[in-house]
Amino acid sequence: MAETLLDIKNLRIEATTYTPGEKPRTITIVDDVSLTLEKGKVLGLIGESGAGKSTVGLSPMCYGRGGVSITGGEVILNGRDILKQGKNGIRKLRGHEVCYVAQSAAAAFNPVQRLMDQVVEACLTHGVANRVEAERRAVSLFTKLSLPDPDNIGKRYPHQVSGGQLQRVMTAMALCPEPDLIIFDEPTTALDVTTQIDVLAAIKEAIHATGVAALYITHDLAVVAQVADDIMVLRHGKMVEKGTTQQIIKEPRESYTQALVSVHHIEHQEKQPTPKPILSVKNVTAAYGNGIVKVLKNVSVDIHPGQTLAVVGESGSGKSTLARAITGLLPPQQGEVIFDGRKLSNKLADRTKEDLRQLQMIYQMADVAMNPRHTVGTIIGRPLTFYFGLRGAERDRRVKELLEEIEMGTGFIDRYPAELSGGQKQRVCIARALAAKPKLIICDEVTSALDPLVANGILKLLLNLQEIEQVAYLFITHDIATVKSIADSIAVMYRGEVARYGAKSQVLTPQFDDYTDLLLSSVPALELGWLEKAIAGRKMAGAGN
Amino acid sequence: MSSPIVKLIAQRVALGILLLLAVSVLIFVGTNLLPGDVAQSILGQAATPVALENLRKEMGLNDPAYVRYFHWLFGILQGDLGTALTSRLDVATSIKERLWNTLFLAFWAAIISVPLAIILGLLAVRYRNGPIDKLISGFALASTSLPEFFIGYLLVFIFAVTFPILPGISTVHEGMPFLEKMKAIALPCTALTLGVLAHMMRMTRAAILNVMQSAYIETAELKGLSAFEIIRKHAFPNAIAPIINVVTINLAFLVVGVVVVEVIFVYPGMGQYLVDHVAKRDVPVVQAVGLIFAAVYIFLNVVADVASILANPRLRHPK
Repeated sequence: MAETLLDIKNLRIEATTYTPGEKPRTITIVDDVSLTLEKGKVLGLIGESGAGKSTVGLSPMCYGRGGVSITGGEVILNGRDILKQGKNGIRKLRGHEVCYVAQSAAAAFNPVQRLMDQVVEACLTHGVANRVEAERRAVSLFTKLSLPDPDNIGKRYPHQVSGGQLQRVMTAMALCPEPDLIIFDEPTTALDVTTQIDVLAAIKEAIHATGVAALYITHDLAVVAQVADDIMVLRHGKMVEKGTTQQIIKEPRESYTQALVSVHHIEHQEKQPTPKPILSVKNVTAAYGNGIVKVLKNVSVDIHPGQTLAVVGESGSGKSTLARAITGLLPPQQGEVIFDGRKLSNKLADRTKEDLRQLQMIYQMADVAMNPRHTVGTIIGRPLTFYFGLRGAERDRRVKELLEEIEMGTGFIDRYPAELSGGQKQRVCIARALAAKPKLIICDEVTSALDPLVANGILKLLLNLQEIEQVAYLFITHDIATVKSIADSIAVMYRGEVARYGAKSQVLTPQFDDYTDLLLSSVPALELGWLEKAIAGRKMAGAGN
Repeated sequence: MSSPIVKLIAQRVALGILLLLAVSVLIFVGTNLLPGDVAQSILGQAATPVALENLRKEMGLNDPAYVRYFHWLFGILQGDLGTALTSRLDVATSIKERLWNTLFLAFWAAIISVPLAIILGLLAVRYRNGPIDKLISGFALASTSLPEFFIGYLLVFIFAVTFPILPGISTVHEGMPFLEKMKAIALPCTALTLGVLAHMMRMTRAAILNVMQSAYIETAELKGLSAFEIIRKHAFPNAIAPIINVVTINLAFLVVGVVVVEVIFVYPGMGQYLVDHVAKRDVPVVQAVGLIFAAVYIFLNVVADVASILANPRLRHPK
């Protein structure tokens, strides 16, 4: 019988909000959550944003973000209830018995200190080791996490190291004081898929080699399936289901878990290209900084009426710049953009109102793309007035129609963006784009900031709207699963060039070019042992070269 | 140390010099716009027109403005600040001692106020929104809200009149023993400190609080560092650039803004000298003092800019 490290009983976490002019209100964030973790085991905490997974995950450090506090239950770590430890007791436990790996290592490192100083800091603070010993440990951890130049990487500053490397340095920082428990809070979410796989493998290997126990918080079931022994599903601050990883992904009991597991299964039949594309991008080259930093190199793609071209690539591949070049926000240096048979002028300022109307955009961050002081009615109504001169009752009627189309109902017309959920905000942005009756909508990572189930709803909506309105989409994303669900044709972008382009069936069938192969093989699959297979496959490919 | 940082710093320095030249033009034009005839004010109302014309010729007052400007500028570059019209003394010689006195006063006010403001700012952050924070902020704001002349007279009233422990008039002279000197400047120094304290303290507090929102502060907290260690090791070093900026602006104020305080305490510094000679319409003195104040101000601002550049690790250690 393995030894119990962490035993959380009937945890209750509340937050008090102080809205000016109102009485302070107490909201329950987490209610009646219990879990146990044995030494050396990994428990995955999974759920949507707002499910309370980070809040539960941080409870073994007795830490609450933004006025959150633990108001009930017990958190027993190594046999002691840490909620009864007092301030100093908790301070001694943080960074010593329990360590934390944050989502964005780029933000979680102090920019003015060298990495080594930060990695050994917890050791020195708690007297776990002296400086020499701590640095020796750090270097050995850097080696274990396969960081380049482990002897010297500690001398660097955070901005001198890549995002994936920083995330591994952060893992080393958490492992350095040899804690009993590490909390991984979405450690790979901010990374590109091809980077994620290496970091994930490094984390898994480090957990295995040091025998540390871990709570692994994520919204991505496929990722957690690779590292966790057990998984707990949370929703609205309550436990939905808990079981072994095998059971959760193969035989989920609760309907919510079942929905999570089957989230990516949208069937979309690929449409045939038409003779006349609605948009042709021809040999476009674009650059930032007076033509110095070339971001797009000789890019050519076509989009057909009523169809979807998915542009997929990692951060920095130039996919958003392509959108900027098409819309004229970044006039291309060379090449041309043909829309509906006529050449669009390169500069946004030279385009006609009609050009602007027919080409709309939807952005990743719905909440910053809307004026927070306008109602939903005003937001959707503005393009109606601007392009079609609709006013008063006529405009309201059209706004209501659009609200019905995006499946929200007319009751939302007087609401403000702050009163909407993330998915609803994105729906309003879609309605605003549709209001102009465009022929093409550029969707820039429109589902990336949303939870999987909500994102799925948005994708389904977009597909429905395409059927009704016969609108074409240029769908920019980094997520291959989304591409599979929505695209008719695909362009894979890599370092500003189109690495692979064609109909969906064609692009996703071998023989692949090296980059597409790497990209496709890096997308986590919801199955046990995928990570090992993928890494092994990669090593084989490496040996073959 | 590599080229981008050197380039940036060189740019700042060059800009500072350019700015100083522009200010010198402004001062020259400004003082020339002042009403009154220099020759008339030297010779008095009873002077004959011939005598006035002779003096104007002798002083080059009939030359076009740009000739006089360059004449003046090249004089300054060679260390010649001109001759005071009223006393017929060399301006550079008279200013030297007074500038020294002003710098002495400003130096001690800075030595006290800068660390005090930063420590109070750190304390306010550590105990933010609690009674200590409110007390510090309240005290600092009150002292800033009161005009310096009021604080000055209040200090005189309390420490020189009611409890006569310190002199109400801060006369200093060369060869005065150090302790005597310190005693003499105690009250003006306090008045200056109270004047600049709040701004620096509030900005320090705001800059650090801004940094306290960062994810790396959470990282430090979750490493089990104590609140003071977090502020000292992680928050303060990242807030240093805005703090340096506000500190240097206040240092500049200490040198330039002493005019009122010097007059109150009859302290023989630049401020008093300036006020005296403005009243007498002594243009060369006003020009020289104005230019020195401008130079100090611009110099300190360039220092602030350079320090902020040096404080940025991205510029110090490029990829």
